[in-house]
Amino acid sequence: MQKFSGFGLIARAFGAHKSWQAQWRDPEPKQSYDAVIVGGGGHGLGAAYYLAKEHGMRNIAVLEKGWIGGGNTGRNTTIIRSNYLFDESAALYDHAVKLWEGLSQDLNYNTMFSQRGVLMLAHNIHDIQSFKRHVHANRANGVDNEWLTPEEVKEFCPAINVGGKDMRYPILGGALQRRGGTARHDAVAWGFARAADALGVDIIQNCEVTAIRRDASGAVEAVETTRGTIKTKKVGVSAAGHTSMVLDMAGVRMPLESYPLQALVSEPVKPAFNCVVMSNTIHAYISQSDKGEMVIGAGTDAYTSYSQRGALHIATHTLDAICELVPMFRRLRMLRMWGGIVDVTPDRSPILGKTPVKGLYVNCGWGTGGFKATPGAGNLLAWTIAKDEPHPINAPFTLERFREGRLIDEAAAAAVAH
Amino acid sequence: MSGAYRLPSGGRINRQKPISFTFDGKKYQGFEGDTLASALIANGVLLAGRSFKYHRPRGILSAGADEPNALVGVGRDQAHYTPNVRMTMQELYDGLVAESQNRWPSLMFDVGAINDMLSPFFPAGFYYKTFMWPRKAWDAFYEPKIRSMAGLGKAPTEADADRYSQRYAHCDVLVIGGGPAGLAAALAAAESGARVMLADDQPEFGGSLLAETEATIDGKSAIDWVAEMVAALKARANVTLLSRTQAFGYYPHNSIGLSERLTDHLANPPAHLPRERFWTVHAGEVVIAAGSLERPMVFPENDRPGVMLADSARIYVNRYGVKPGKRAVVFTAHDGAYRAALDLKKAGIEIAAIADLRHHPEGPLVEAAKAAGIDVLPGTSVTGTAGRLRVKSATLARIGADGSAMDERQVECDLVLMSGGITPSVHLFSQSKGKLRFDEHLKAYVPGRPAERERSAGACRGLYALSAVIADGFAQGEGAAKSAGFGGVTARTFAVAGTLESDPGSFLGAAPHGRDASRVKAFVDFQNDVTAKDIRLATREGFRSIEHVKRYTTTGMATDQGKTSNMNALGIVSEALERDIPEIGLTTFRPPYTPVSFGAFAGASRGDLFDPVRTTPIHGWAAEQGAAFEDVGIWKRAHYFPKAGEDMHAAVERECKAVRDSVGIFDASTLGKIEVVGKDAATFMNRIYTNAWTKLEPGRLRYGVMLREDGFVMDDGVVGRMADDRFHVTTTTGGAPRVLAHMEDYLQTEWADLEVWLTSTTEEWAVIAVQGPNARKVIEPLVEGIDLSPEAMPHMSVAVGKICGVPTRLFRVSFTGELGFEINVPADYGRAVWEAVFAAGKAYDITPYGTETMHVLRAEKGYIIVGQETDGTAVPDDVGLGWAVGKAKKDFVGKRSIVRDEFQKPDRKQMVGLLTDVPAEVLEEGAQIVADPKQPAPMTVLGQVTSSYMSSVLGHSIALAMVKGGRARLGETLYVPMPGRAIPVKVVEPIFFDKEGVRLNG
Repeated sequence: MQKFSGFGLIARAFGAHKSWQAQWRDPEPKQSYDAVIVGGGGHGLGAAYYLAKEHGMRNIAVLEKGWIGGGNTGRNTTIIRSNYLFDESAALYDHAVKLWEGLSQDLNYNTMFSQRGVLMLAHNIHDIQSFKRHVHANRANGVDNEWLTPEEVKEFCPAINVGGKDMRYPILGGALQRRGGTARHDAVAWGFARAADALGVDIIQNCEVTAIRRDASGAVEAVETTRGTIKTKKVGVSAAGHTSMVLDMAGVRMPLESYPLQALVSEPVKPAFNCVVMSNTIHAYISQSDKGEMVIGAGTDAYTSYSQRGALHIATHTLDAICELVPMFRRLRMLRMWGGIVDVTPDRSPILGKTPVKGLYVNCGWGTGGFKATPGAGNLLAWTIAKDEPHPINAPFTLERFREGRLIDEAAAAAVAH
Repeated sequence: MSGAYRLPSGGRINRQKPISFTFDGKKYQGFEGDTLASALIANGVLLAGRSFKYHRPRGILSAGADEPNALVGVGRDQAHYTPNVRMTMQELYDGLVAESQNRWPSLMFDVGAINDMLSPFFPAGFYYKTFMWPRKAWDAFYEPKIRSMAGLGKAPTEADADRYSQRYAHCDVLVIGGGPAGLAAALAAAESGARVMLADDQPEFGGSLLAETEATIDGKSAIDWVAEMVAALKARANVTLLSRTQAFGYYPHNSIGLSERLTDHLANPPAHLPRERFWTVHAGEVVIAAGSLERPMVFPENDRPGVMLADSARIYVNRYGVKPGKRAVVFTAHDGAYRAALDLKKAGIEIAAIADLRHHPEGPLVEAAKAAGIDVLPGTSVTGTAGRLRVKSATLARIGADGSAMDERQVECDLVLMSGGITPSVHLFSQSKGKLRFDEHLKAYVPGRPAERERSAGACRGLYALSAVIADGFAQGEGAAKSAGFGGVTARTFAVAGTLESDPGSFLGAAPHGRDASRVKAFVDFQNDVTAKDIRLATREGFRSIEHVKRYTTTGMATDQGKTSNMNALGIVSEALERDIPEIGLTTFRPPYTPVSFGAFAGASRGDLFDPVRTTPIHGWAAEQGAAFEDVGIWKRAHYFPKAGEDMHAAVERECKAVRDSVGIFDASTLGKIEVVGKDAATFMNRIYTNAWTKLEPGRLRYGVMLREDGFVMDDGVVGRMADDRFHVTTTTGGAPRVLAHMEDYLQTEWADLEVWLTSTTEEWAVIAVQGPNARKVIEPLVEGIDLSPEAMPHMSVAVGKICGVPTRLFRVSFTGELGFEINVPADYGRAVWEAVFAAGKAYDITPYGTETMHVLRAEKGYIIVGQETDGTAVPDDVGLGWAVGKAKKDFVGKRSIVRDEFQKPDRKQMVGLLTDVPAEVLEEGAQIVADPKQPAPMTVLGQVTSSYMSSVLGHSIALAMVKGGRARLGETLYVPMPGRAIPVKVVEPIFFDKEGVRLNG
């Protein structure tokens, strides 16, 4: 692997950058691998990287039906945080944040992880109760998260309108995770791909899995693909919105529903918004990218779909909220909007572990929040595949929990009633 | 006179109306009908901005929505300031103030231009390779620097002063684009009687015909023909014409987003006009007549001010009556540039040469150029340009069969026109999920099979000759009308004369130049500073999918969304990878076609109109009393009723005491209410709720608990049985819509055999809770036909009668632990009854109380609030509601789930009470509970405080909590860890007041 550095960049400039090699190879699939990862997003590529790096499995392949990083990895709003309520979730997401903190150096690829702080806004008394509970729970778990008064909110993020009579839902405070922030989504996929490739992993694009073959005992023995049969005894599926379809090939029915989720960006402007702000109550998520675009997330459409676009009124509602929070952004303009397909579980927490089929492992159900977990999910999926048992961190996130009732319901914890 | 480059005649400008404006503080003049771009060109100004990355001086490239370079900030003050406005789309008005962007200290001299000198170190994706050491420096140093360099214009610093409006419309045929094809399509569809809408982004209809000076249609000049067509359309009642309106997005089921600009062209907009109008159009059929874009040539230094798209230069001359320069070199592989050269020459601009990349250009336009004395150089490329703030010369060279350059020579010029052919505007077609097809001959993608009820017409589907475009427009308009169920259009032909039509030719990718391709800057994406060599670098580094190339180099990701760059990028990738273009794929076209204001999306949705404000019939009374309100969902609820000088705590203390000592009055109207009626109502209730309903007699109330399928508590509320076949159900305030949807879901999909009807009655009833030892005495004199005695009307009963002369469903029920009634009256009588009760209660010092006091009183009694004690992870037994589960019942929603082993475990979180050692210490809601406060993080947490208040009646703070194995821990001391200290708490029963319920049954 060619090392990336400022010096290297300068040195190669004198050769007009002709000596840069491909960041990853474009190999033909081999006839067999020790493990195959289905899905070349950040999670799948991360799993391959950690399998090679931490578990010594080098004869592995990542199969991607399109181009790597082209699914939700390249479609999300890049928010990273770990201030989740339940112990299991906090441990899971904080594992990822810790990996994010050293990821650029580990991969020798600048993923632009920017710890600019994630601020979640409270608009009513129920929000306050919920956020304070998060703050207390996070403190007990050693995860940073602090409560801000409306004045402190304004001081931390001067661009937002915190209240007064002109606001339908004035801001009553906020929960701030300073270690939270954003990263460059494409770079994560590419960085993992490059580093995995350097360790011998075959990244095979334009290769769609069409069947999972099992032996007489029911264990996985091969996958059929559009580029031929590949023998393997271990298959890790990390296919986001299409996981149900892949698992169905092995006869495993998944408790997942797939919805379109939309996001949009403004035209680029000079720095005008210094952190990540989220408001679950009025449905707005906003940060400014390094390029200067306001990156804005919308809610999911109400209906399930595999179409990677959503309805116009969803984006309209999102921009209502943005304009209410930052009235001076009303004259900014939407440059681009798009949709992705998110796979949602009944408790809105992921499924990461073994399946009833021997040799088949799954990582899915991240819903609207998978990007932040990228290195953590990859790392834990690799562990689970290599050892054929879950790491203690992902042990609670089983497929069986829905049958057993051991839900980890972050969404319900934030629900409004009374 | 409005500038030295203004032609003495011609153009669609009003020479009688001079207009003053400023650009970067300097005053200029233009005419009505000018754009900011044409007016600056008239004044000899082509330098318009600086590029994103290298800060290279950039000029006006185009004359339309595809402009990548000439972006400015417009607005007289911050409340009206808009960044990144395309000069080519900004109509001139008197007093317009524009400033250039992304430069410091000035457009002429920009310190950032040092990036251009350092550009060898900044190839595509350089930032992925560096800025990683030392680790902390990214957040502290590199990123802030990169951010300040990035961005284009500046965001306004004040709230937008303008208004925006929104409209929804239905039509039979929506025609997008008002050029020759669109006008003909609209006419055809209109003649069929269909309701037609025609939208065009320009101030006047006509499209390419606005710059047409030669062609005649049906014997009339193109302009006259346009005027006639527009007049004919205007005269019809079934046609809506929308100018200055961009169809920006194609959404599912033929819903199209339009953005109409209403005031950005006015010096003094009338106060009643919104700035923009956002249309959501649901169209039966859509005709896309969006025209085409001209493709630049990619050659070294093709970005200097003065390098312009050939047809755009022609538009400036013909439509705006301005000369973009004095001496032009034309570089092309497309006949359109010949037409431009001829028109420019006629306007007095010298054409130094036409360098045509094609070795054997031929056809009527080529002949016409030669006949006009223009030097046509076949097989010739422009291999470079010179000039800092404006192009001074172009280098021309003959290109050999092997791509080598020969016979280089420099030609002086102040204008370089380029045209690589046309790219049909397939953006909206592609957004509609229609399949595109690559046309080898045009070297462009054209619409294939549509996915919606939609068709493309004219240039946007690859047609070029005017006669073909108009005929196609008419035919597609007729076809659309027919598909929408309208017919009877008289066949019509349009006789086009005076144009020189030919097979136009095209070129894709980077033009040959014989120089070191890895060093020269031949721009593909002007705004984002992406060069041909960047794209080649990306392919070398393994980025082979066009989506990868786009993301790695950022080509096509600027504010023009790749309108001028995407096809050339594709050509270069194709060449670098030696693969055919269709194999490389195409980036997804994403809405909007051109950027749309956030404000237009938001419309009137701001402040109080952001969400509906839902108020109860008693709201006005509470407001008059000076109540403080809280938002609960979209409801406004009275939170507390402070008297002069009281804060919330003082008010709540007084209100609590009044209820416990005498009587209080509370507005419970926000509670959700559902009337469940029908022969099978009891069966339905049995299945939806955990409780048993069969034996509940009419006239009695029962507290009901509802579970989700997974067994967790979903909602609760008191239910009255009004008759054998009728229940009055109440729900939590926030849960009402969810509960009704849940009920309807089951009723309609699972139990369609049940004869049950559900009606939301939340807003039909005002609910007045009268609570306290004197409650009965207060209402007794007002009630008719109901015996209120404890024997006749015990706790948890309901009776129908009259109060204050109006009908009521009177509940004897309590959420305070006191003797209490909830008076349900039709909402219209709500306030009158409230006031009558309040007047009657004066003798007992009746006290209005709000939600905060309600919370304290119920917590003293250990009554849960769903969503506060429960959080979607509690089953009934966890919160002490095991008694409410009908064990003998065959089935109910959630039954199968709650019998699972997981829910029988003794270490589940269970609801308990907590008492602090220090009576005045009020725990924080949400605080965690541990056994060992000294353990390090991550701590083993046992649970959390769910409700916590100061109980003035008890003289002690109280708290409810969910604690693991809580019911077995009664009497234990646990700890609530707070920053810097831990608060010891004693675990007690979750009921603090009147455990025996004596008062309740009083």
